[in-house]
Amino acid sequence: MSLAMFLQNIINALQWGSFYALIALGYTMVYGVLLLINFAHGDVFMVGAYIGFFISTFLLGAYALQLPWAMSGGMVLFLTFLFTMILTAGVGVTIERVAYRPLRRKGVSRLYVVITALMVGLLLENGNLALLGASRKSFPELIPKVLYSVGGVNFTNVKIIVIVVTFLVFIFLQTVVLKTKWGMAMRAISYDRVAVPLMGIPTDTIIVMTFVLGSSMAAVAGILYAVSYPVLEPYMGALVGWKAFISAVVGGIGEIRGAFVGGFILGFTEIFVATLFPSTYRDLIGFGVLLLILTFRPTGIFGVARRTKV
Amino acid sequence: MRKYSLTLLASLVFVLLVGLSWTGSLSSYAQLVIMFMGVNIIMSASLNLVNGYMGEFSCGHAGFMAVGAYTSSLLTVWFFTRGSVFGVNLLSPEWSPWLFPFILLFGGVVAAVLGLMVAIPSFRTRGDYLAIITLAVNYIVKSAIENIQAIGGARGFMGMSRVVNEMKNVADIPWMMIWTWIFVFLTLVVIQRFVSSTYGKGIIAIREDEIAAEIMGVNTRRAKLVAFMLSSGLAGVAGGLFAHILGYINPGSFTIMKSTEALVMVYLGGMGSLSGSVLSAVLFTLMLEVLRPLQVIKWVVVPLILFLLMMFRTEGLLGQRELTDVFPRLKRFFGSREETHGAL
Repeated sequence: MSLAMFLQNIINALQWGSFYALIALGYTMVYGVLLLINFAHGDVFMVGAYIGFFISTFLLGAYALQLPWAMSGGMVLFLTFLFTMILTAGVGVTIERVAYRPLRRKGVSRLYVVITALMVGLLLENGNLALLGASRKSFPELIPKVLYSVGGVNFTNVKIIVIVVTFLVFIFLQTVVLKTKWGMAMRAISYDRVAVPLMGIPTDTIIVMTFVLGSSMAAVAGILYAVSYPVLEPYMGALVGWKAFISAVVGGIGEIRGAFVGGFILGFTEIFVATLFPSTYRDLIGFGVLLLILTFRPTGIFGVARRTKV
Repeated sequence: MRKYSLTLLASLVFVLLVGLSWTGSLSSYAQLVIMFMGVNIIMSASLNLVNGYMGEFSCGHAGFMAVGAYTSSLLTVWFFTRGSVFGVNLLSPEWSPWLFPFILLFGGVVAAVLGLMVAIPSFRTRGDYLAIITLAVNYIVKSAIENIQAIGGARGFMGMSRVVNEMKNVADIPWMMIWTWIFVFLTLVVIQRFVSSTYGKGIIAIREDEIAAEIMGVNTRRAKLVAFMLSSGLAGVAGGLFAHILGYINPGSFTIMKSTEALVMVYLGGMGSLSGSVLSAVLFTLMLEVLRPLQVIKWVVVPLILFLLMMFRTEGLLGQRELTDVFPRLKRFFGSREETHGAL
């Protein structure tokens, strides 16, 4: 593999890993606070992409309502991000309110909540299929693709946007979790869920906050994915979601850094496997590597083993 | 009399099913649904062992099913049919009906060995990691089969219907119906015996409190391993039956969706309730068939029903109880198992 090709693959892997990282965030944050594997999250990503599609086409005037002023593609993209994040966060919070909170109040075993999450995911997927039909939607091209070529390495502006946005999100979330009171409360809940409500921290509000953050990041991932690969279908979230979940665990679930590192590890493995081997080996080797990491570091890369007190 | 009433009832149902399919009173569609019901019962009952009785969360049951399905189909096709993949049949086709159950069991053993390989690394860690590892294993198994071109890769593997035809040549009776329900019965007996043994009580103790169980002298690691291997082995048997009923398998049949179906059946029936698993497998299979005319809407209605069930009857249809606990009158007729089970 020549150096140019290597760099090319690095850029592809960074882009591919970005999607995993952004989705893994939602899993890791919810797990940290609720100890719940939110299996519906991959489908929230899908919903985000679809909401993004409808908002952008609406802003471009594809429906009967024509906006009185014309907007540039960049402006449309920005507004799409904004509204999609708000709406998808609404979807995430609704799921929490309707499905998870009643079960939590009942105090049932976590496994039942996980099954409910699976059902919610299936509902989102198949509800979408039933509502919008099986035809794939193609996401409008909001910003013209520009191809740069530096020393034999080709990359588009879209790839750069994806990678930059992901790193911005990472810095933003690290700041939120480490520097703000909300973040402190989130970490406190995952540390000791009995003492935290006694300290006067509104647990439910923090949980809603977590879902808002996780779902809006899934929306960001959805739009970025749709901009890079502009074909939307109802099952797009399923496989990506499962993979992102596994990468969140590999990074150390409950850790923002872990989600990013795990996502990028999976992205790198998949891209390089696809270059070196037949691409059908991608899942096989990708999951194999993740299992290997988990065998040697069962708590994940950044995870800390917690001792159970008797 | 009470001691044997359950066995008697089971044999009666068995004879009725086989007789009706033999005389042709049941359409082949109805027979297919009934056989799939049997496969689903094995799947849900075996998964219930890990997810219900042991309280772990395994979500890659279809992976073990795939291993069992491929192992037993490869063997039967190799042994009994003349085909493009393996050439001349190794054994006389006349043996096929008698060797078939052993091949199924062998498929189960191979699946159990895979289960062992999965269980060893995962039990070193916290509970939820089993979920991830089984999930990943499900993908790995599917992806590995897709990449082995010799057994058909993503195109799938067929030839099992010829094996079934060979069995029919020996004696013209509904072999698959017979073997399916015999294995359903065996599975239920094995699981029932297992969970009411001292060993199985150790497993239930692990669910309630792992540390306390260990202090009380339960060898938790070994108990978990045995339960997990038994569960994955039975899934392998279910896979073998599935392959021979359908006559064709491909890796796409053993996706995470299949695992999800098994999970749904376990939680629908109730964790740690064997009769609940049977009931939910029967109901779930019927529900899928009844809702078939709805087409796309079916897959909205099914999760919705289950979602509502989780909301309003979280513990599943029977909870942790058995059918005889819900309807105490049944005890008058089926007494034998409750002495061991009611104490829990």
